[in-house]
Amino acid sequence: MPRKGILVDRPFERLTREQAELIHQASMQILTDPGLISFNREAVDILHSHGAAVESIAGDHQSWQVKIPEQLVLKALDTAPKTVKLGARNPDNALIMHGDEPRVYLITGSETNIWLDVDFPTYVNKADPTKEIRVPEFKPRRGTIDDLCQSAHVCEHLEMVDGYIRTVNIQDRDITEENKDVNKFFASLNNNTKHFMSGLTSLKQLDNVVRMAELIAGGKKALEDNPIISFITCLVKSPLQFVDDTTETFIEVCRRGLPIVVSSSPQAGTTAPIKEAGIMAQINAEVLAGITLGQLVKPGTPVLYGSVPVRARMDTLGDSYGSVETSQYNIDCVQMARFYRIPNYSTSGVCDSKIPGQQSSIERLFSDMVVTMSGPQYLHCAFGLLDCNSVFCLLQAVLDDTHFKMIEFFLRQPRVDQPELEAMLKQIRDVVATSQKLYIGHIRPVLRSGEISGVYPFEGSGEADDVFELAHERMKELLARPVEHIDRETTARIFEEIPGILPRLNIYESGS
Amino acid sequence: MSKDIIATIKENVIQGRKTQGDVGIDDSLAGTPGVVELLQQALKSNVSPQVIISEGLTAGMQVVGEKFSTKEYFIPDMLASAEAVGAAMDIMKPVLESANVETKGKFAIATVKGDIHDIGKNIVAILLKGAGYEVHDLGIDVPTEKVVEFVKEEKPGYLGLSALLTTTMTEMGVVIKALEENKLRSSVKVLIGGAAVSEEFAQEIGADAYCVNAFDAVKVLEGY
Repeated sequence: MPRKGILVDRPFERLTREQAELIHQASMQILTDPGLISFNREAVDILHSHGAAVESIAGDHQSWQVKIPEQLVLKALDTAPKTVKLGARNPDNALIMHGDEPRVYLITGSETNIWLDVDFPTYVNKADPTKEIRVPEFKPRRGTIDDLCQSAHVCEHLEMVDGYIRTVNIQDRDITEENKDVNKFFASLNNNTKHFMSGLTSLKQLDNVVRMAELIAGGKKALEDNPIISFITCLVKSPLQFVDDTTETFIEVCRRGLPIVVSSSPQAGTTAPIKEAGIMAQINAEVLAGITLGQLVKPGTPVLYGSVPVRARMDTLGDSYGSVETSQYNIDCVQMARFYRIPNYSTSGVCDSKIPGQQSSIERLFSDMVVTMSGPQYLHCAFGLLDCNSVFCLLQAVLDDTHFKMIEFFLRQPRVDQPELEAMLKQIRDVVATSQKLYIGHIRPVLRSGEISGVYPFEGSGEADDVFELAHERMKELLARPVEHIDRETTARIFEEIPGILPRLNIYESGS
Repeated sequence: MSKDIIATIKENVIQGRKTQGDVGIDDSLAGTPGVVELLQQALKSNVSPQVIISEGLTAGMQVVGEKFSTKEYFIPDMLASAEAVGAAMDIMKPVLESANVETKGKFAIATVKGDIHDIGKNIVAILLKGAGYEVHDLGIDVPTEKVVEFVKEEKPGYLGLSALLTTTMTEMGVVIKALEENKLRSSVKVLIGGAAVSEEFAQEIGADAYCVNAFDAVKVLEGY
């Protein structure tokens, strides 16, 4: 049985069918005029051999202008699977995504450089030293592989997390460009039995991480049936450019038939038009170009329509994930993916705020709610991420899990049918006939059935705001709860066959 | 037999099952007799009413109170148990009177004149009855004269006054003044509660206590 996710019965949409059609047509025009610039030769050759017009561009870096005809895009949309399965170490954690079904899976990530620790020092009131309060203090530091293990561990136990994208970049002294991939894959897979998606630091490590996944899944065929890992590549640099190295990675992953996200992240105002119609026409063209390339490499490659659009901040021209427009663009992208019936990878919950608090709660809850309501299949909803995706705080991830439980409850379908209404009419008549006229006695049959939403779990006592402290306690509880690690025999084979994994990650040898 | 039935009464109080048809906290007692049926069986078997109260009803409510304080139980659970105990006390009233067993005391409660809100008042009444008090609910929008008359005639040890509105809370002071004028004030402890009132207001009008909620009312009474 795959995970249930959140099925949004009537997804919220901003665009009319006609507007989606107009965006599609505009994207088709963009792909032929001006077309894309590719810095990757192989992509150019593949597209050219299938009818794209190609022209070399003079300059320091070798590049080509590629004009992709509409027919080629439509054919690719035809061969791209409309249902994509993302497997998991625990098969009950598999995700089945149908492009036309708005069932939302909630995913962590993406990668940040900074890990935010939290502590609660006590402060004494100068005017009245008998009064003390504990105030949360957040301390940033560079992320390590131990942090990644902790994050994967806690996310394994967070109820609303359906899949794991690593949340922290591992920057230990013994982590190099060469061994980073095998270590980040192993640390994540060993501490989490949900689906694992990642980008690659070095293409040279692709076969090593695929082999690792085969060993864990039980062989090559088993991995095909239960793809416990998938990849994400930002092959497009906005506006409309195929980057050399990520495009190469993308092509190689497609050749291996593993699921992959075609992701584009234009910034409205700088690398895309500030107006909604403009950024939508462009991002849609960019993603369709990637899907087309992937399907030409290997027809039937499972791809996700990946969208990470964002609006620029007007004060810094940095990303403003907390802006309202960012959510609007994401919702539009969800709708465009559904227009093509390709499962969508969308984004929510990324905030501008640098630490957990009121701003971060408002920014992330707003986008989490509205984007979830639009029904993306794979919602990378930034569990624990702060400061525009540059900081990760485990405490915030615990808070986010709670907030998503509320969203999930909110999106449940109402039960209004004849038997229910008849039962309610009887209840109303019965209660009105009593002297106390209270319905409290009828609460009990549903009190523990899951039909009533719970109290906010981090509510403090009295007037104290204990949210952070209580969430921190919860975080420690989750860390103390064991996870199902990869078994001893498989671990031994992985360490034997895959070079570069740090010995301290072997829990059977290091005793950690 | 006696021990078994007392233990079963206690368990049914904990489960909040007044009668056989009631749902408990779980399905473990579904379809079995509730507190009312068990009590009737116990009385028929000549089990001592004092034992029924102390080892069955009160002991059960004590467990319910503990479960509520640890957040295992919610208010609907507490009220269901209190209602079950209240129904049992109604059945036992004649038995207790003939055996000269005293209740914890007589408690009159009313929503003051001009105010028709009674959710809080009703919950207080259920809980106090469940806690073993003899509760007289005078209703809503109760004129001051009626309250005074009741205190004069029935001599309750306690009087609870409830008001939701800022426009009606002043009636509480009117009632207290009327009790003083009728030389009844010293005979009755006056407790006030409701969304509009406060500790400060209680002191201002000369009430004996302000109860922040129904559970507080039980606590305040147990303190006398």
